[in-house]
Amino acid sequence: MSADHHDHPPYQAHHFDSMEQQNQSSMMGMWLFMAQEIMFFGGLFAAYMAYRFSYPAAWVAGASTLDVNLGFINTLVLICSSFTVILMVMAARKGSDKGIMGWLVATMVLGAAFLGIKYVEYTGKFDHHLFPGKNFDTHYVMGKMAAHPEKYAEFKGMGIDWVHELVGHESHDHESGDKHHGSEDDHAKEGAHGDAGDHGDHGGHALPADATAPLGIALYFGLYFAMTGTHALHMVIGIGIGIWLLVKTKRGAWCSEYHPYIEYFGLYWHFVDIVWIFLFPLLYLI
Amino acid sequence: MATATAEHHENYLTELKTIKSWLLTLDHKRVGLLYLFSIVFFFLIGGTAAALFRLDLATAEADVLSHETYNKLFTMHGVVMIFFFLVPSVPAVLGNFLLPLMLGAKDVAFPRLNLASWYIFMIGGTFTLVAVLMGGVDTGWTFYTPYSSTYANTNVIMAALGVFITGFSSILTGVNFVVTVHKMRCPGLTWFRLPLFVWSLYATSLIMVLGTPVLAITIFLLILERGLGIGVFDPKLGGDPVLFQHMFWFYSHPAVYIMILPGFGVISDVMACFSRKRVYGYEFVAMSSMAIAVIGFFVWGHHMFVSSQSIYAGMVFSFLTFLVGIPTAIKIFNWTATMFRGSVWLEAPMLYALGFIGLFLIGGLTGLYLSTMALDVHLHDTYFVVAHFHYVMVGGMMMAWLCGVHFWWPKMTGRLYSAYWSKMSAILVFAGFNFTFFPQFIMGYMGMPRRYHIYPKEFEVFHQMSTLGASIMGLGLLMALCYFTHSWFRGEKATQNPWYAFGLEWTHTQTPPITHNFEEDPVVTREAYDYEDESIYTNEDKARA
Repeated sequence: MSADHHDHPPYQAHHFDSMEQQNQSSMMGMWLFMAQEIMFFGGLFAAYMAYRFSYPAAWVAGASTLDVNLGFINTLVLICSSFTVILMVMAARKGSDKGIMGWLVATMVLGAAFLGIKYVEYTGKFDHHLFPGKNFDTHYVMGKMAAHPEKYAEFKGMGIDWVHELVGHESHDHESGDKHHGSEDDHAKEGAHGDAGDHGDHGGHALPADATAPLGIALYFGLYFAMTGTHALHMVIGIGIGIWLLVKTKRGAWCSEYHPYIEYFGLYWHFVDIVWIFLFPLLYLI
Repeated sequence: MATATAEHHENYLTELKTIKSWLLTLDHKRVGLLYLFSIVFFFLIGGTAAALFRLDLATAEADVLSHETYNKLFTMHGVVMIFFFLVPSVPAVLGNFLLPLMLGAKDVAFPRLNLASWYIFMIGGTFTLVAVLMGGVDTGWTFYTPYSSTYANTNVIMAALGVFITGFSSILTGVNFVVTVHKMRCPGLTWFRLPLFVWSLYATSLIMVLGTPVLAITIFLLILERGLGIGVFDPKLGGDPVLFQHMFWFYSHPAVYIMILPGFGVISDVMACFSRKRVYGYEFVAMSSMAIAVIGFFVWGHHMFVSSQSIYAGMVFSFLTFLVGIPTAIKIFNWTATMFRGSVWLEAPMLYALGFIGLFLIGGLTGLYLSTMALDVHLHDTYFVVAHFHYVMVGGMMMAWLCGVHFWWPKMTGRLYSAYWSKMSAILVFAGFNFTFFPQFIMGYMGMPRRYHIYPKEFEVFHQMSTLGASIMGLGLLMALCYFTHSWFRGEKATQNPWYAFGLEWTHTQTPPITHNFEEDPVVTREAYDYEDESIYTNEDKARA
């Protein structure tokens, strides 16, 4: 290090003239990075929009298979983690390493809890063969549709006329099993996974032999997995960065004037939370 | 680490010489050179592919290559040339080298990120080359579905991953440059004193940051589609292959401007220097770069006039595409006006710049043919389109890149190259290029479709002209490779400012620069291209003039 740098703080990089310049530069870089993140997720949201408008019935049917309660709990978990991240940044500004580590761990625990709940949700989807691809099977979706046929009244020509016929029929037909052997086999499979209770979701309505899932149902699940999967990947990366920050904090890398990565981690974490705030209503609620 | 001996002769090339010092360098100038060597390597691969299929196309039958190999070669040519040569050519090589020098800064804002970008670039390139070695990909560089999803039995995922990874190199370079331009300018260097090269890099970097992630997510969805069958682009499951085209071109049309705007910047700087005049209408040239960057985001649909897009959307896209012609024409007119009553000096960089203007003009004007919806129905997917984008990409960007490399080579290496051979090379490349691609306009207009391996006999003469021209161009390019290699090892030492050019990189630092660029932090007191000021000439120079 050459002599003319002796009056600069040790954490000022050689190519900056002042700490102010360094801080502004890295903050601007972080915001630009977030702009590219928005464009990255933007592509997914564009695909979502295109197909949601093309296949509204598939979206209603698909959303009916999601567990709104789990989604809601996860939303709360993430909002709490946004709060703990803010407390972490506050601690950093006060120069408290203990505070940083405590709130960082809390944030990561909440993030892990989110991923755990997501794992439970994904497992359910896989058990019901709702992951698009070779083993994709729509009987579970059709069962959900038969339970609430009235939700589909407005969708014409989506390949789901059989649902419209169910509306108004109050039949509690227990012999319906004879009529659709195919789905009976499928229920047996579900039983093997310990999900026999889901039979109740079929409500009182029989699933007619000619029942088909709405057009585009695979796309709903394709996008569900692509969007929540990309989001979850960002959470995993966030937790990874958190571990790295823990190590750095433990080594005493920060002070109240200098803790840039703590601030940027906060921004990143908020961003990932906000993505979920959009995903939750788009996939679960509307 | 400064040693007492001969401090003025130390420069960024000689200070440390180990391989490790290159591979772990945080110096933007060395990173620029790393990119230079890498993209020349990729250029040779892409060029070899082109040479092979051009040879095969010399006759109407298939004589050298099988149909599969032909498809794989043109795909490789496209993928390698676009993502691994054109996109990084000017920004990553010249941009990295020059941006901090032009701003009077010690480095880019994030030197480590800059080096990381190069590694990411190389990892992406490795994936793509592995895909080639594993048998190649035959989808065309656009990876259109369902060629790339349902009907391909080649290593699409591997090649697509390569492009996906390289995209992040582009994004990070863009972030780095935008921040550098905003925050690293030296005292006195206001926005409207920036060299136009910086303006064009700035516009390019904005597109990189905002456009490339959309390509990333598109490729990501394509990989999911092909690997797991999630259906987003599969009509059997209700998906729409045209959505892929929309998402792909949302990046890839702005990417065309990533591939040309930095070239505009090079031409502006070279025009001013070799006409000994301020660039005419500086502010308009600067703002036209920004206008192109912005409008460029809203024209992607002109690639899809014949792919079931709504005709009203097509009309809007057509109109916006015409609109791009305005800022582009401003640049062409202003460069011409810069030469008017200037003292035009025909060295190799200027020859390349003049070649650029002519070729880019043809490329740009034929773009207007293609943005006319009715005409596009006829010309779509013919050699007319091939000729058009080669006039812009090769005649435009490759010429501009060569122009810039010739212009700044003495600064980068501290050595001169042969004036005679460089002029010869410029003339050969220009002539060979026209021979290659002008006949393609004609045969495209006559209906020769692109990407066809065998074709009717009547087109043979045009294809033969193309192949001949490509050989001439190849000769010119190899010539450049030879004299640059010679210059690198044996070239005559350059003076500090061999072109008597303006700009901090010439006037305020030695050649080649020291590692931290400037002995004294520069302060700017006047506008760019102040060529009326004679103080940059030494007495010796004045005598020569």
